[in-house]
Amino acid sequence: MDGPGKPPVFLARASYRQRRLRDATRLLPVVAAVLMMVPLLWSQSDGLGQPTSAVLIYMFVLWFIVVVIAALLSRLIDPDHEPGATNIEDLR
Amino acid sequence: MISFNLLIFVALCYVALLFTVAFVAERHAANGRVNWLRSPVIYTLSLSIYCTAWTFYGAVGYAARSGLEFLTIYLGPTLVMVGWWWVVRKLVRIGRAQRITSIADLISSRFGKSTSLGVIVTVIAVVGTTPYIALQLQSVTLSFAVFAQGSGQVWVAEDLNAAAIWVAAGLAVFTILFGTRNLDVNERHHGVVMAIAVEAVVKLCALLAVGIFVVWGIAGGPAATLDMIDQSAISEWSPVGGRWVGLTFLSAAAFLCLPRMFQVLVVENADEKHLATASWAFPAYLMLMSLFVVPIAVVGLNLMPPGSNPDLFVLTLPLSQGQDGLAVLSFLGGFSSATSMVIVATIALATMVSNHIVVPIWLSSTARGATMSGDVRYVVLLARRMSIAGVLALGYAYFRVSGGGAALAAIGLISFAGVAQVLPVLLGGIFWRGATRIGAAAGLLTGFALWAWTLFLPSFGSEGIMSASMMAQGPFGLGWLRPQALFGIDGIDPLLHALVWSMLLNSVVFFVVSIFTFPTPIERLQGAQFVNVFAHSSSPRAATQSAAGAEDLLIMAQRIIGSGQAQALFQAAAQKQGKEGYLPDVTPEFIERLERELAGSVGAATAHAMVGQLTQGANVSVQDLIAVADEAAQILEYSSQLEAKSAEQENTARALRDANEKLTALSIQKDAFLSQISHELRTPMTSIRSFSEILRDGEMGADEQARYAGIIHDEALRLTRLLDDLLDLAVLENGQVQLNNSEGSLRGLLDRAISAAGVDLGELGIHRRAADEQLTLFTDLDRLTQVFINLIANAQKYCDAEKPELRIRVRRVDGAQVIDFTDNGRGIVADHQALIFAKFSRLTDSGKAGGAGLGLAICREIMGRLGGQIDYLPGQGGAAFRVTLPATATRPR
Repeated sequence: MDGPGKPPVFLARASYRQRRLRDATRLLPVVAAVLMMVPLLWSQSDGLGQPTSAVLIYMFVLWFIVVVIAALLSRLIDPDHEPGATNIEDLR
Repeated sequence: MISFNLLIFVALCYVALLFTVAFVAERHAANGRVNWLRSPVIYTLSLSIYCTAWTFYGAVGYAARSGLEFLTIYLGPTLVMVGWWWVVRKLVRIGRAQRITSIADLISSRFGKSTSLGVIVTVIAVVGTTPYIALQLQSVTLSFAVFAQGSGQVWVAEDLNAAAIWVAAGLAVFTILFGTRNLDVNERHHGVVMAIAVEAVVKLCALLAVGIFVVWGIAGGPAATLDMIDQSAISEWSPVGGRWVGLTFLSAAAFLCLPRMFQVLVVENADEKHLATASWAFPAYLMLMSLFVVPIAVVGLNLMPPGSNPDLFVLTLPLSQGQDGLAVLSFLGGFSSATSMVIVATIALATMVSNHIVVPIWLSSTARGATMSGDVRYVVLLARRMSIAGVLALGYAYFRVSGGGAALAAIGLISFAGVAQVLPVLLGGIFWRGATRIGAAAGLLTGFALWAWTLFLPSFGSEGIMSASMMAQGPFGLGWLRPQALFGIDGIDPLLHALVWSMLLNSVVFFVVSIFTFPTPIERLQGAQFVNVFAHSSSPRAATQSAAGAEDLLIMAQRIIGSGQAQALFQAAAQKQGKEGYLPDVTPEFIERLERELAGSVGAATAHAMVGQLTQGANVSVQDLIAVADEAAQILEYSSQLEAKSAEQENTARALRDANEKLTALSIQKDAFLSQISHELRTPMTSIRSFSEILRDGEMGADEQARYAGIIHDEALRLTRLLDDLLDLAVLENGQVQLNNSEGSLRGLLDRAISAAGVDLGELGIHRRAADEQLTLFTDLDRLTQVFINLIANAQKYCDAEKPELRIRVRRVDGAQVIDFTDNGRGIVADHQALIFAKFSRLTDSGKAGGAGLGLAICREIMGRLGGQIDYLPGQGGAAFRVTLPATATRPR
């Protein structure tokens, strides 16, 4: 990310960045859902699986990370930046 | 051990606190200070009604029975909120654009404002939610019973029932008080939301406190707790793939479809940006709520005597350790979880029942429709209050019939699966233009029937509705219809079985029927609106021929959303069209805007029907509509600038037309005035001349002399009055007037005006409300009094009722202080309303008026000089004038 220094010369850059942030926001639940299913693989692989406490720790750590990433993304995204609107800067 | 009476006292104090919080929040909102009431934090906390008593008590029980599977119930909503950019954002945007009042309203509105779809979704919601409300009542009564037992009483069934009925009644009172204050849901329930936010904090703190006590106080630290978990019965659990995935999906679906979640997520949302905060804060809340569930369950299983109910560990564990304070906190947490869920669920259901079932029935049963029958606003509010009581009564009845006892989690999941049947139609409706009303109805009915057959009815047990033989062999021996093994596929977990079949067939039927049916024009319009909500922020207009007079619409709107708001709406619309006053032209845009505003109160289908009754529109050709719809909408987007320009021209043209009409009318009036004024001047002059001639010739008695002199004097006075008026107006118009500002009370001013107008002698009855008139004014009091005198005198002169009456009401409208003068006469016909303030205008030629038609013109000039205004207020059942005081005139006391 660009630091909070001078505004970028090309506005299209900010617009581009916003779009990619949206992509990340869309992808996050998909990745999270897949990772939440991981404990299913552990128990079936060798019959014994991981101890319950390990599954518990895994789930909560995952949960925490997802919350942190979601918080970061939601702070960076500017909801006023309408994706449907064609920005003149993007065409330059 | 804490005494039972003390607990009751604490609970009552807590309830009083909630009432206070709600009341204070409402007061703040009423004073316009809503900023902190509407912060993202409050929004996030209000979402926490997802965590009901089922979470607070039930999650521990669930963990004790099925290990980590309880997590799936909170993972689903986490995924939905983290993925807000996919669905939730669109739902909220649609909810705001279309002024959606409930999930039934969303579905009904999307599929052509269909009443029948609204009814179907409402029925599903009521059937799915009633057991859940019963569950909350059960959990509160059980927690009371725990404390009763501790203080030596043993509760039997009657005690539980009595407690349940008290709780239900209390909740009904709270919900009716704070849930039906505003009819328009877009004004939102500030009090309710605030109380829920407080409850959200209480339940989180309570569960965390119990968890911390258990981990550090009993188990001896995190490491020891983890060891304990691995050695407990819970560790024998291993995840079952189908259930893990299925339940995560189910909870995600329910999070979107539960009526109460839809209420807080979409309807009560004040700002779309709050979603950004809630997208991570709500998952964090869920994570904290689930953090200590497993430790509490494990420690509870270890310490509590075998056979004790794991659903109540959160409460019984602190009690058994002698931690009375913690136990009370935990009790309050459970109490909060249960009550907040019931309150919001009841509001949501009551809105749906009243908007989609009661009001449509009432509308069709009253012959003359919306304008003629009584106060619609009152009917809707009454319907909503009755629905609240009805929903709670249903919940209580279910509680009595089911008798409690079943594991809390089971009812919760059955409920979830029921409301999740709305999901395919919901998602199809907002993402797929091709979805049709018939397809939606077919899908919903299929899903609902399958859910009832495979899950809901069997849940009553073998002595309930379904006999054991029917479960084993199917109805009439049809094996492939066995409720828990449809089509002969056996051995699946019953919940998963029901979920897979109902969702699958629901979606397939919805899809296939949609493909083979053709949508009506309104459906296609609404479909484009919903699916492309981000692309067209403006909505396509219904091509309605406007047969309705604006005044009729205003009268109806006043009945539904209240007079102040309706007038503001009409005035704004008129202003936008470049017109003055309260009556805009009835254009399709205006009709559509009005319909959406009304939908905020009574739902889209009803609003559409009501406006339809007045406009007699909707009989537009299919070609017309399709032309306006999708394709045209895209062209419109590109030509929006052109459109703006043409709209501007249209406004100018309209203003010109109005001005022209006014001028023509005025010139006619002016001619009439000239002959009038010469007549008015001539008559006194003639009598003065003739009587003075008689006097000059002399030869009469002193009596006659005095009489003639008196006549001359009177006529001269009349002349002076007329000339004074003319002079006054001329001075005002030229802006040469000097204002003498001073301070005085509005009440005194009105008193003075009434006695000066000579009302005391006449037959005009005056109604005032003294309490509203306690205002101190700082302005030119003499001039203001002159305006009041004029208005009162006008009512006295022109009110043609048998028993003339004048109401004077002081109120605030949009932050401005206004005084309304309304009489009970015939009022002024619309054609003349624009003219009355013009000088020289007089509507009747009757001589009794005795003025030259300058009064109102002078009033308008005076109010203009004072910085306020005076308007004619149509649709009040008589002639009504509104005096708007300048902002500087009123001072806070």
